[in-house]
Amino acid sequence: MKLLKQFLLIMLVTCIGEIIRYIVPLPIPASIYGLVLMFILLYTKVIKLDQVKTAAQFLIEIMPVMFIPAAVGLMNSWSALQPIIIPALVTIIACNIIVMVVTGEVAQIIIRKDSRKGEKA
Amino acid sequence: MNEFFAGSTTIGVVISLAFYYFGIFLKNKFKSSLINPLLISIVLTLCFLLVFRIDYESYNVSGRYLSYLLTPATVSLAIPLYMEIERMKKNIKAIIISIFVGSVTSMTVILLFAFLFHFDHAQYVTFLPKSITTAIGMSISEELGGIVPITVAAIIVTGIFGNISAEGVLKAAKIEDPIAKGLAIGTSAHAIGTAKAMEIGEVEGAMSSLSIVTAGIITVVLANVWAMFL
Repeated sequence: MKLLKQFLLIMLVTCIGEIIRYIVPLPIPASIYGLVLMFILLYTKVIKLDQVKTAAQFLIEIMPVMFIPAAVGLMNSWSALQPIIIPALVTIIACNIIVMVVTGEVAQIIIRKDSRKGEKA
Repeated sequence: MNEFFAGSTTIGVVISLAFYYFGIFLKNKFKSSLINPLLISIVLTLCFLLVFRIDYESYNVSGRYLSYLLTPATVSLAIPLYMEIERMKKNIKAIIISIFVGSVTSMTVILLFAFLFHFDHAQYVTFLPKSITTAIGMSISEELGGIVPITVAAIIVTGIFGNISAEGVLKAAKIEDPIAKGLAIGTSAHAIGTAKAMEIGEVEGAMSSLSIVTAGIITVVLANVWAMFL
């Protein structure tokens, strides 16, 4: 029964996310509303961590395989992609590396600065 | 064979899971982080469909049940995020500034490459939301007049590349702080990258989840401004 309740709570919050998505005319998907709502419910202790933890861990652990069908579906967009494949790949790969390094560097510099300040104080 | 796939509710799930498991097996056997189970499973599933002449639509009759779980799984990311709430509060400045800078960098780099490759406006806005999560990226592309199927493809390829390259790139750039690693992965490679961040560690996973939400919302607002540049 423990897992049934956990699964119910996760699906319920997901469903409320869909309802918010239905009502609010913003380009934000149901999953993001659901994530934020679940976080608020945990933070306000309406839902306790051990009421959802095991089922959530299961879903997160198998999450990578959930991307396989969408990625395999790229075979259907091949004709649209083919004419611009080289510029597209160059843009995607370069942008990806640059954004990863810039974001990480900025975060790391601020964190190290703050922790040094913290030690002095 | 195609007919069987079109009538089965399990076969697409079974081959996808089996190829992913095979990828994990190879990774453990050769103890190499260069072997990426996600990439292996995608390539092998694709080859399987091509060799046995199975349509994507037939595969997806059952494969879609894996995609179905993506929404509740994304909602579940709130749990590791909540478990790291103290770290989040303590580093809120670093979190917000780095995700903001990362999102702006993403759109600016795409603008530069759009000039370089002489993209027209439609092609430019197609790639503009490529670093954020699929559902948000699709709507931005649609709203700005982009080519939505190519946006989806670009988002997925970005995620897969980020998932594969994350460990190598972060190591080469000497980004060692777990919070910084998570923020870097989530801002550059959304949910598919986050799957990798979860494997690296709990802090990385939580920070990467946070970046999906934050970068998504920042990009929704700023993409409208960046769309005017070309």
